[in-house]
Amino acid sequence: MIFRVILIALIMVPISAYSSSVKVHERILNNGLKVLVKEDTRSPVVVSQIWYKVGSSYEPGGITGISHMLEHMMFKGTDAYPAGEFSRIIAENGGRENAFTGRDYTAYFQTMEKSRLEISFKLEADRMRNLHLDPAELKKELEVVTEERRMRTDDKPRSKTQEYFMAMAFANSPYKNPVIGWPSDIANYQVDDLQAWYERWYTPNNATLVVVGDVKPEAVFSLAEKYFAGFKPSKVKAIKPQAEIEQHGIRKTTIKLPAKLPYVLMGYKVPVLNTIENESEAYALEVLAGILDGGNSARLATKLVRGKQIAVSAGAGYSLMSRLPELFMLDATPAEGQTVFDMEYALKEEIYNLKSELISEQELQRVKAQVLANSVYEKDSNFYQAMQLGMLETVGIGWQKVDEYVEKVNQITALQVQNVARKYLTEDQLSIAYLDPQPIAESKQRRKVTGGRHAN
Amino acid sequence: MRISFVGLILFIFSFSAFSAAKIEHWKTKQNSAVFYVETQGLPMVDIRVVFDAGSARDGYQQGLASLTSALLNTGAGDLNADQIAQQFENVGAQFGAGVSRDMAWLSLRSLTDKKLLNSALQTMQTIIAEPKFNENDFQREKSRRLASLKHREESPAAIANMAFFNTLYKDHPYAHPSSGIVETVSGFTAENLKDFYKQFYVASNAMVVIVGDVGQKQAKEIAELLVANLAAGDVPVALPEVSFSRTGVDQHIEFPSAQTHVLAGVIGKHRKDKDYFDLYVGNHILGGSGLVSQLFAEVREKRGLAYSAYSYFSPMLRKGPFTMGLQTRNDQTAEAVKVMKNTLKQFVDKGPTEKALIAAKKNITGGFVMRFDTNRKLTSYVSMIGFYKLPLDYLDKFQEKIESVTVESIKDAFKRRVKPEFIHTITVGGGAS
Repeated sequence: MIFRVILIALIMVPISAYSSSVKVHERILNNGLKVLVKEDTRSPVVVSQIWYKVGSSYEPGGITGISHMLEHMMFKGTDAYPAGEFSRIIAENGGRENAFTGRDYTAYFQTMEKSRLEISFKLEADRMRNLHLDPAELKKELEVVTEERRMRTDDKPRSKTQEYFMAMAFANSPYKNPVIGWPSDIANYQVDDLQAWYERWYTPNNATLVVVGDVKPEAVFSLAEKYFAGFKPSKVKAIKPQAEIEQHGIRKTTIKLPAKLPYVLMGYKVPVLNTIENESEAYALEVLAGILDGGNSARLATKLVRGKQIAVSAGAGYSLMSRLPELFMLDATPAEGQTVFDMEYALKEEIYNLKSELISEQELQRVKAQVLANSVYEKDSNFYQAMQLGMLETVGIGWQKVDEYVEKVNQITALQVQNVARKYLTEDQLSIAYLDPQPIAESKQRRKVTGGRHAN
Repeated sequence: MRISFVGLILFIFSFSAFSAAKIEHWKTKQNSAVFYVETQGLPMVDIRVVFDAGSARDGYQQGLASLTSALLNTGAGDLNADQIAQQFENVGAQFGAGVSRDMAWLSLRSLTDKKLLNSALQTMQTIIAEPKFNENDFQREKSRRLASLKHREESPAAIANMAFFNTLYKDHPYAHPSSGIVETVSGFTAENLKDFYKQFYVASNAMVVIVGDVGQKQAKEIAELLVANLAAGDVPVALPEVSFSRTGVDQHIEFPSAQTHVLAGVIGKHRKDKDYFDLYVGNHILGGSGLVSQLFAEVREKRGLAYSAYSYFSPMLRKGPFTMGLQTRNDQTAEAVKVMKNTLKQFVDKGPTEKALIAAKKNITGGFVMRFDTNRKLTSYVSMIGFYKLPLDYLDKFQEKIESVTVESIKDAFKRRVKPEFIHTITVGGGAS
C-alpha cells in the first residue's frame, strides 16, 4: 500500500546527480582539420568518424544526390589501396565500417578494437585526398544506387509520400530534394561531376574527425597529426543561403499509389537551433514534440490511439539539429472507419489545445525526466556519442552545445511551450500530404518443384 | 630472433582475448532462472523477463502469442494503460514487450537511483503478474493489429519473408509469421489471450536477465520481486523437430513493385547444433560479412545487380532457416538469382580458400569485443545464452571455437547441410501487370 502512494506522486529526477559529463578534447590541426576526442573506458573499443560538411542540401539542381553517390564511390579505391582494399583491411582487423549521407553531412566510420585506431586513420586520410574515380566503377555503382532508391523509396508507398511531401512543402529550400537524389539526376552523373564535388568538399578544413572510446586524447591527436597534417587546406567557397521564401497559406497534395492503408503527413515551418534568434524557442519546440510523442504516455498515444481510438498510430517530431529551417512533423494512420480528413482534424485539435491551454506541470516534468534519463542511456553507445558531436559540429551549431542540452530543456516552462505553439504552428505555415491507397493487383502465384533428383 | 617472431605472431592473434563478461546464474524461490552481469560506469540497468511463449506456441491460433504480449501493458492490477505508461515515463524508464518465434519478453531500461528503479520495478511486476486483458483494450489492440497486418501487404519484402517460412516449415510451428494473419487474428477473443497467458506466463517458464550497475544482492531482490506473484505453472512441452524437405520449391508471387525481392534457402541450424561454428564461419565468408562477403562481391561489387546481397543462419531452439537474399530490378531477376545460386554452389563444392578463412577468423576474433561493448548488446547475449541453455562460458570459449574451424570442416558441414539442389526460392515482384 505504501508503494502505491509513492507511485502516484510524480518522482522528480535530481538533475545534478547525472550531469557529470565527460570532457571533450578539441584540437585543430594547422590545415584546419578539427579533431574531437571523448574518452570512454568501459570497453577496449574505439569508434572513429570523419564528418564532411556536405550533403544533399548543398547540391544544385541537376546533380541532386551526388553527395550520396560520392559516398558510395569513396569505397572504390585510391592508387595506394585499389577498389575493395579499404574494406578488406578494416575487416581483417576486426573492424566494422560504413558511411552515411544526410541533408547536411556525409560521414564515414570505423569501429575497432582500441589498438587499431591507426589503421582507420591511415586509410581514411588516404581517401580524403587520393580517391581514384573510375568510369567503369561509376557505371556499376550507378546501378547499385538506383537499386537502393527503388528499395528505399520507389517500392514503399509511405516513403514516396514523404518524398512528394517535402518537394511540395519547401518552395526553394534545398531540403525539398531527397538525399538519395531524383531518378534522372542519378542516371546522369558523370565522373567529372563527382571529381569536382570531391575536390570542392573533401579537404581537411571542411572536415571534423571524432573519436570516442578507450583512448588517450594526446595519443589520438598525434596520430591525427601523423596522417592528416600533411594535407594542404583548400579554400572552401561558401554555398549560397537559399533561404526558403515565406509561405502564405496551407499547401495540400494527394498521392495515389498501390497501398493498403491511408496515411497523412503534416508539417509546419519552424526555425532550428542553428538559425533561431532566441534559442529557447528551439528547446521549447523540442519539449512540445515530447508532449505530443515522448513515449506511450504522451498525448498522441493517450488521446488519439487509446482515447478517441481514431488512429492506429500517430507521431510527431522536430529535428533541432538541422542546418536550415525545418518542418515540425506530424504523421498518422487512421483507424478502420476513419478517413485521413478525420485524422487531420484530430491532429489539428491537439495543436489547438497546445495553444489554448498550458500543458500541465506533470506532463512537463515527465518530458524532462525522459530527456535526463536518455542522456544517461545514450552514453551506453560510443557510436551515438560520436554522432552527436559530429552532427552538431557539422551543421554549424558547435559540439559544445551537447553539454547544454539537458540543462536548456530543463529551463523550459509551460508558457514557453504555449508561445512557440502559437507563434509557429499556424495554419498558413502548414503543408499536408494524403496517401490515397489504390488497389494492389490480386497476386498470382506460381509454384514449381525443383530438385529432389539428388536425394540421398 | 626466430622465437620472438613466433611470439609476436601469437601475440597478434591473441591479444583481443579480453576477458568476456562474467555471467552469474541462480534460481529464484519460485524456480525461475536468473542470469546476471554487473557492469559499471553508468548508473543504469537493463532487465528482461523472458518466457518460452513465442509464436511457436500459437497452435492453430496464429498470432496469439504476439497479441497477448501487446496487451500486457494496457491494463494490470489497478492501473490502466495511461497510468502504466505514465509510471514508467515519470521516472525516465523505458518499457518494451515483444515476441519472436521462440520467446516472449518484457524489457525494462532504468536509471539505478533507488527511488526511480523501485518505482519502475513495481510497475513491471504488476504487468507481469496481473494483466487484465480488458475487453475494450483487447478490441482496440486487435483492430490495430489487423491494420498492421494489412499494412504488411504493401511490402514485397514482408510478403517474400512470409512465403519463405511457409514453404520451408509447412506444418511446423515456425511456419507462420509471429504477428499472425488476418484470418486467425480476427477470430480471437480476450479469453483466448487470458488462457494463453495463464498457460505460459508462469514462474517455471520464466527467465530473468539483469545487466547493469546493480550489485548481486540487489539483483537477487530484483529477480525475486519481478516473478514473485506468478503462478508456479509447468514447463511447456518441447517443440517438435523440423523435418527436412528433399525437394526445393521455386515460388513466384506477382507484385506491382519496381524490384523483385528474392529469398532463397533451406532449413539451417539450431542453437546447440554440432555444426554451429563451421556453418557460422562458412556463412561469414559466403554472405555474412557485409561489404566483403562473396555474395556481396559477386552480386553488387562485380555486377551492380543489387544494393544489398547477403546470407545468414537464424539459429533457434529448433533448426532455423539458412537464408540468402537480394532485391533487384524486375527484368534482371533471373540473372541475379543465377549469380546467387552459382556463388552458393561454388562455395559448397569447393569450400572457402585458406586465405579467405584466415581473413574471416581475423575479422571475427579481432572484432570480438565489439559484440558486447554496450549494456544493450550484452543484455541480448546473456538472454540468448540463458534462453537456449548455452554454457555460461559461451563468450569465453567463442574465439577458441572460431579458431578451431578449418577449410575442411566448413566444406564438410556445408555439403551435408546446405544442398544447392534443395534450395527453396521465393520471388516477389514483377511490376504492374
